[in-house]
Amino acid sequence: MDANGHTQRGGEKDGIAALNLPELYQCVHCGLCLNQCPTYRALQLEPESPRGRIHLVKAAAEGRIDLSERFKDHLYLCLLCRACESACPSGVQYGHIAEAARAQLGPPGSELGRGVLKFVFTQLLPYRRRLRFAFAVLRFYQRSGLQRLLKLFLPKKLREMEELMPAIPSQFFKPPAGIAPAIGPLRAKVALLDGCVMPLLFGAVNEATVRVLRRNGCDVIFPRRQNCCGALNVHNGETAAAKQMARRNIDAFLSADVDTVIVNAAGCGATMKEYNHLLRDDPVYRDKAERFSSMVRDAGEFLANLGLVGELGLLQMTLTYQDPCHLAHGQRIRSQPRQLLQSIPGLKLVEMEGADRCCGSAGIYNLTHSDMSQHLLKEKMQAVAATGSEAIVAPNPGCMLQLRSGAARFGPNLDVYHLMDLLDRAYSKAG
Amino acid sequence: MNRDQLINSLQKIVGQPYVLVEKEDVIVYEQDGSIFQVMPEVVVLPAHVEQVSAVVKVAKEANVPIVPRGSGTGLAGGAVPAEGGIIVSLARLNRILKIDLANRIAVVEPGVINVDVTKAVAKEGFFYAPDPSSQAACSIGGNVANNSGGPHTLAYGVTTNHVLGLEVVLDDGTIVWLGGEVPDMPGYDLCGVFVGSEGTMGIVTKIIVRLMRARECVRTMLVIFDQMDAASQTVVDITGAGIIPAALEIMDRTTIEAVERGAPVGFPRDAEAVLIVEVEGLNEHAEQAIMRAREICERNGAREVKLAKDEAERQRLWKGRKGAFGAMGALAPNYYVQDGVVPRSKLPEMMRRIAEISKKFNLRIANVFHAGDGNLHPNILFDMRTPGEIDRVIEAGAATLRACIELGGSITGEHGVGLEKKAYIGLLFSEADLNAMARVRRAFDPDMRFNPAKLFPSPATCGEIRLQPGQIPAGLWI
Repeated sequence: MDANGHTQRGGEKDGIAALNLPELYQCVHCGLCLNQCPTYRALQLEPESPRGRIHLVKAAAEGRIDLSERFKDHLYLCLLCRACESACPSGVQYGHIAEAARAQLGPPGSELGRGVLKFVFTQLLPYRRRLRFAFAVLRFYQRSGLQRLLKLFLPKKLREMEELMPAIPSQFFKPPAGIAPAIGPLRAKVALLDGCVMPLLFGAVNEATVRVLRRNGCDVIFPRRQNCCGALNVHNGETAAAKQMARRNIDAFLSADVDTVIVNAAGCGATMKEYNHLLRDDPVYRDKAERFSSMVRDAGEFLANLGLVGELGLLQMTLTYQDPCHLAHGQRIRSQPRQLLQSIPGLKLVEMEGADRCCGSAGIYNLTHSDMSQHLLKEKMQAVAATGSEAIVAPNPGCMLQLRSGAARFGPNLDVYHLMDLLDRAYSKAG
Repeated sequence: MNRDQLINSLQKIVGQPYVLVEKEDVIVYEQDGSIFQVMPEVVVLPAHVEQVSAVVKVAKEANVPIVPRGSGTGLAGGAVPAEGGIIVSLARLNRILKIDLANRIAVVEPGVINVDVTKAVAKEGFFYAPDPSSQAACSIGGNVANNSGGPHTLAYGVTTNHVLGLEVVLDDGTIVWLGGEVPDMPGYDLCGVFVGSEGTMGIVTKIIVRLMRARECVRTMLVIFDQMDAASQTVVDITGAGIIPAALEIMDRTTIEAVERGAPVGFPRDAEAVLIVEVEGLNEHAEQAIMRAREICERNGAREVKLAKDEAERQRLWKGRKGAFGAMGALAPNYYVQDGVVPRSKLPEMMRRIAEISKKFNLRIANVFHAGDGNLHPNILFDMRTPGEIDRVIEAGAATLRACIELGGSITGEHGVGLEKKAYIGLLFSEADLNAMARVRRAFDPDMRFNPAKLFPSPATCGEIRLQPGQIPAGLWI
């Protein structure tokens, strides 16, 4: 390497210094990740495997290949589910490699698609009011009859994408203004992430989360200046706005006088636990990010460690649990949600084959790569059906939307819950 | 036939998405689990035997080398296309075609993942015995090519002991069966010849494997030692006492560090060595055998003996052991693994020699090995980016292999010769021996186009072999 960080080799171009990541040299290409990778399993092509993608990034870093469209296709066919990280004996953080590569490539898709994504990432997601307004417009579109009318004129591709849009609830979630006080003796003071689409599509889950935390002796607050966690940005090659959003959240939560930051969306939790990585080169925020990330807990993780108190009522149901990728692989949280479910009387948990395999939701992947997404969803629904469950639990909004659409499209016809929904229902049954 | 015509013909056979020619596609096939890299010109992924046969015919017509590839987890460069040409990936031939429990056989395609065979029959109480450490990823086809072993080789033997028959595509595209569903077919044991031929004779497209009945009781323990000498002596004493465990595995301090840094399972980081002892059989026998093994461990000064209390704990021990190679990345960017064998009574001496070699060449060596059958895996840790280091690594590797032979052993137990050890095969066989082998090979592959430049010693022609990042070590191709 020369002084500028470029790899020099006779006859070959300079490499891309920003891609010369230490993680690349931790991979000894043993291949143990292959069979855990959903896209490799589907296609059996090495360039669509974690080992292949790591090698591609390494080759680009060394200047052996260009950041061509083909390269981009391989990097973006990845779901970023990080199942490879669970399988890796060397502990290679593949997510960091893929995210760095995508930051070089920019968002996926056609010229138009990239423009739309860029707009969403930088002009919509960071601004709560704009996002609320946009969802209100969509709700009007869905309820006014405009949707049915427009569908007749949309080209096939757009119509398919349109069909993936979930029904928008009549009520958005409004976070309580002050402290939502603990019921019973105070056990912890926590701050909750409201989220970007959670309050708009899953307001009821946020409400349930607050109730369950209060029942377990937590003072709950929603710091006012918080915003979207930036996961979609980071996963899709937009880092400037993502860093800005991370800084804003760090300021909002660190000034909130709490012990713990609770997140009920797996993807957001994983991203926030890695703000320290995102802001590692930011001299002002590096230390704050380190402190912040160490305070973040998934809601299920937190409650399982705290230990549930209070009586849980009977929920007579058989259900199966889908590990959200960014919970199982991204945060290594597998046993805690299951433990909580099993503490509900009457509830029978039946494990499905490949519970920790991606359902194909993967943020906006179901829109950008609908074929692969649907292929994985179909397989997932078959595994769900084999358990004979009447419901499925997946503590992450993306997975919940995907599984609902899977139940509608492929069956079996079942309910999709967040873990907090069920705990809340069990508590309310007990009275 | 020019390049375009070749690609065109291949696309007609398997379909355009399964013929890879762009640099951003084929570059990922330049490597396997080893340290060698050569880029193929084309990668083809056929879906069934007829397509394999058609591809082989086209390759013959075009007169280009053809390299079969399974999962690419090999450690000796077996799937690296040393002379370029076409890689035929068998990954899409991944169906389990038949399970016949009454006759205890399964018929599988070569791309089936090793562990998936066991998964398919585990509920009925059967398993497929050869269990390489990479079994979660490696293919049965690759196992056949390399005659792979694994920790349980000690009790069950290697792949060749578990393969009854093979469907193979020969160099002219002919599809033939070698062996069959019943053991002891009359005539030449051509199935036996094919197993371990490292892709130099043709392409395997179906495999009849033997299934084993799971034992009533499996007992596994982790034994912790403060000295490597004591650990390897314990292995000698256990087998000497007439106990035949299912597995006897040793990991040294450096390997423990790699595993615990990469994907921790709870091995003690301050131990000089850990020994995994596994026994199986009828309840009474297994209990008795593990107690006797335990006594021997304690007599040899084991610091602690931990019996796995349930299947989850046993699985955790094996996860740590089987992830050991892959975990080397937690210690160094590159590792060069040897596969030498010594009579197990020589283990303590061999371990001392490896320690000397490590000191002499100033290289860290992590040892993880199938102690029960004397199959060593010293992993020499290094960084390819450090100029000159690879030369020392190669010399140190050669020194360990020479030591193995001096102690009455061999240069490879289970990884195959591939590119990596072909320079050393002459240390083990005479020219007449090698000529006899070459005649057998030519009987199957007269043009020597199947996985060329492997297995047999060849003159220094491998100028194109790339060791990441682009340095060719002096003296590798002796």
